[in-house]
Amino acid sequence: MPAQTLAQKLLAAAAGRDAVRIGEILTCKVDLAMFHDSSGPRRLKPMLEELGTGLWDRSKVVLVMDHYVPEADDESRRIVRIAREWAREQALPHVYDSVGICHVVVPEHGHLRPGMFCVGGDSHSPTGGAFGAYMFGVGSTEMLGVVASGEIWMRVPETLMMRWHGRLAPGVTAKDMMLHMIGRYGMNGGRYQAVEFCGEAVRALSMQERMTLSNMSAELGAQAGLVAPDETTVRYLRDAGVPDIDTSRWQSDPGAPAQWHEFDAAALDPQVAAPHSPANAGPVQACAGTPVQVAYIGACTGAKLDDLRAAARVLQGRRIAGGVSLMVAPASQRDQAAAQAEGVLPALVQAGATLLPTSCGACSGYGGSIPEGANVIATTARNFKGRMGAASARVYLASPYTVAASALAGRIADPREVLS
Amino acid sequence: MNTAHKAWRVGDDVDTDQLAPGAYMKLGIADIAQHCLEGLHPGFAGGVRAGDVLVAGRNFGIGSSREQAASALVELGVHAVIAPSFSGLYFRNAFNVGLLLLTCERAGEIAEGEPVRIDLSGPRVLRADGTALPCEPVPGFLLDMVRAGGLLMQLKRRLADGSLPRYPMKA
Repeated sequence: MPAQTLAQKLLAAAAGRDAVRIGEILTCKVDLAMFHDSSGPRRLKPMLEELGTGLWDRSKVVLVMDHYVPEADDESRRIVRIAREWAREQALPHVYDSVGICHVVVPEHGHLRPGMFCVGGDSHSPTGGAFGAYMFGVGSTEMLGVVASGEIWMRVPETLMMRWHGRLAPGVTAKDMMLHMIGRYGMNGGRYQAVEFCGEAVRALSMQERMTLSNMSAELGAQAGLVAPDETTVRYLRDAGVPDIDTSRWQSDPGAPAQWHEFDAAALDPQVAAPHSPANAGPVQACAGTPVQVAYIGACTGAKLDDLRAAARVLQGRRIAGGVSLMVAPASQRDQAAAQAEGVLPALVQAGATLLPTSCGACSGYGGSIPEGANVIATTARNFKGRMGAASARVYLASPYTVAASALAGRIADPREVLS
Repeated sequence: MNTAHKAWRVGDDVDTDQLAPGAYMKLGIADIAQHCLEGLHPGFAGGVRAGDVLVAGRNFGIGSSREQAASALVELGVHAVIAPSFSGLYFRNAFNVGLLLLTCERAGEIAEGEPVRIDLSGPRVLRADGTALPCEPVPGFLLDMVRAGGLLMQLKRRLADGSLPRYPMKA
């Protein structure tokens, strides 16, 4: 059999084949379909009724209410009510209502395992690639096709291998790695192919940090962002209630067709992406000193337990600058409870942070918490103009370390100055 | 191919928040469409007519998976989007909702307001002065999807002819 990349192996398995060629168009069987209150029931229910058909396999469907919760107005109440009523009517076995953001909640509950082929009704669905699963985002009509048939068409992608040598310096994170890659290759640098992250620095990352890499593969323009499973994956899944994972089958073969890019993790500075594109990324020094009025630690990309811990390392025993509003919206209730128990959340609140609900909130412009005209530094994934709800806000993207250090200084700051 | 389509021009990196702004995502598609591209081309949503085409720069449709970013253009009657490159996710969504995309390296040569013709057999875009701009081939099953009016219509057909089984509508 020809040498295959992890992406090829995952698609071959989903298509019931031993091997596949790059560029080939396949029909793949879907192992898991995930959607949320915004992309899911309110769009799928009327279309399924119009078609006169139902879900192909409800055990393979996961619904997460995370976008319009907590309900802020009548339209949000209507959208969330549709989702809850439909979940009951369909007797969906996997529903997570107001307990966190889908990309964090779904793996927390052990739904994602190496070797799976999954689709998500959200552009950050490549997050699932951190578990050695092929997962990507689709729109609602394509999701309709999936839930009505259990299948989807795929073009076998090329693989871009991002190999990170060495180890990250203290205060430098997966978020900085991603911003660096997006800055270097641009928002369509991934050309909708598969990216695989590998090398010593990637192996050393926690599962949640790997999820940040895979998550922002969306901003790199890749279809999927994969990390081959290893002992770290096995440990995480064991804690999530999934024992006995086979990792050996889900590795790229030596000599498999791929385009290699090499990076030096030890040389990486904390990165900041200036308004209004994640591709405007560069070392923090380039933006240092820019005054900020809002610091936002939130989103699937930037408010998992590891992210909250990073922020607390900077803010522990300190107080944010006057005139800065620091908002923290933990990515899931489980992470929030863990952060509370280990003193991370109390440290953030004592430093002056305001705690927001565990939902997508301001990242997707739904909370109304970002004032017009503000300079914002955020751990989120996107800083498109108007994305966070205020058209005149200028949003800078950075790691939780850098966001916390900037809240402390009242201006964009290098977290290494505080940590050292 | 004999129909002339009036071109509306936008630049590189048009993202889904420009096409379907987050603030209006709670609304139905008719209302979202009224705000389509309002930040980049304020006259577009009010002035575009059925059969017009949108001509864009690189990386059209980057960002979110929200397919309203494609349906808004269908709602406004846009016949096709012509650009040198598209976000892959947007590319799938567009065909799924029945919007034709043409990947055309030389799209930048088309002027605002210029009448262009589309020859799907090339495929190519024909400019007013007769210049032909070559486009990348579109797989036949995607053209069929656009001709059928999108994936929903195609699923209807498959359910009707029995090639796709019906599943129970209620648990």
